[in-house]
Amino acid sequence: MTIAINSEPFYELVEDLGKRLYLESQIDIPPDVRAAIKRAMERESSQVARGVVNTMLRAIEISDRKQTLVCQDTGFPIFFITIGRGVLVDGARLTAALTRGVERATKEHPLRSSIVSPITRENHQTSTGDGIPVMHVEFSNDIDYLDILMLPKGSGSESMSFLKMLFPSDGLAGVKKFIMECTVGAGGKPCPPTIVGVGIGGTSDLCVLLAKKATFRPVGERHPDPQIAALELELLEAINATGIGPMGLGGDTTALDVKIETAWTHITCNPVAVTMQCWRGERRRAKIFPDGKYEVTY
Amino acid sequence: MSTPLSEAQARSLRVGDSVYITGIIWGIRDATYIRMFDKHQRAPVDLSGAVLLHVAPNVRKLPDGRYEPMTVGTTTSMRMDRFTEPSLREYGVRAIVGKGGLSESSSNALKELGGVYLAIVGGAASVETEQVEAIENVYWEDLMPECLWQFRVRDFGPLTVAMDATGSSIYRDVAATAQERLAQIYAKLGITP
Repeated sequence: MTIAINSEPFYELVEDLGKRLYLESQIDIPPDVRAAIKRAMERESSQVARGVVNTMLRAIEISDRKQTLVCQDTGFPIFFITIGRGVLVDGARLTAALTRGVERATKEHPLRSSIVSPITRENHQTSTGDGIPVMHVEFSNDIDYLDILMLPKGSGSESMSFLKMLFPSDGLAGVKKFIMECTVGAGGKPCPPTIVGVGIGGTSDLCVLLAKKATFRPVGERHPDPQIAALELELLEAINATGIGPMGLGGDTTALDVKIETAWTHITCNPVAVTMQCWRGERRRAKIFPDGKYEVTY
Repeated sequence: MSTPLSEAQARSLRVGDSVYITGIIWGIRDATYIRMFDKHQRAPVDLSGAVLLHVAPNVRKLPDGRYEPMTVGTTTSMRMDRFTEPSLREYGVRAIVGKGGLSESSSNALKELGGVYLAIVGGAASVETEQVEAIENVYWEDLMPECLWQFRVRDFGPLTVAMDATGSSIYRDVAATAQERLAQIYAKLGITP
């Protein structure tokens, strides 16, 4: 069945996809994350660490079999929408449809609603509220389709988000030090082994966004810039050398990967942000093409 | 191990041990503890020798009024850290199952009063849910979902003894190891501490 972008059925499809993406992202772990957890199992030598990673693998296996949630934290629903060249949509209708999809997933599955007012702590049991789902919208000349990515971000790892406005004189050494301080300080709190996302440059808010975007690049994929790729590997080795391990109970795999995203910044600024994605690395993506076809992937 | 646990059983465990629990595990969370200890309302059940689990499950109410677990996943223990000592002292609780550990103060309480902290794997709710055979009873339903839940479990685990009654703590050891290794790690990264 093909659906023309921006038609009535298109917005119904988007609502359905919003529901599917929020729900399925919490059941089906991406293949690159699964592979990384299996590699962790091969690397771990201590009995405690092996036991922890084994339980993670079992959790994935049970979820696959029973189509149940891997983790109980339904998290923050976050959408990253990329509008490709030539794609014309009504953005307000699009985001409203995705929001209804998240509500429907919550009411119909049903899912725990983890979203409350920051002032009154009231929960409308919809997984939505002011500003939630978080909607990031960008435009790209590199694709000719509509890309909708869902991150059901767990709060344990989201709480381990940090920003520092360093001086240029602190250099990359200062950046590395901050990354180490954040990951060592976080310990077992973000449910390691985590995907560590780092933002370098930009404004303060762009820097934090870069760190978040870094976390959903596929595990094992290196940054196209060789210098940044080398930095990613260097920090991955360093973080794993701390021995914090799976669930902070000791071991050789504290991070599944380290990913860095950069943006240019001001002559007097050296911003660095660190965030973490918990071991389940959940993400799910829908691509809607101009020929009317669509696919759901990672 | 089968519930209820004796003090001797709790004191015999050592950090790094792997345990499975069969019997009754009590689901408890922030609001339940606040009622018990801040509002001074006695829990309506006997918790001597009990194993507590830091959780508020997702449940479905059945036509006969009982609850069926849909998702049972453990939450971060540190939020409820200050309730460790009174749980052991006033109720005789012997084990706390949670995620992420407890403080030094709780470690002292475990040592003095004979208890352990059992670490569960966070994010593996699909495993936990399968190991809860049934919700036998629920108390303080008005706190839904942070009620006091009576879970019947079989081979619940594996749980890692992360803090024991000798005062040992894997969390303390891991933090110390990381600090020791940092000098060498920083040198390799070309940064000064």
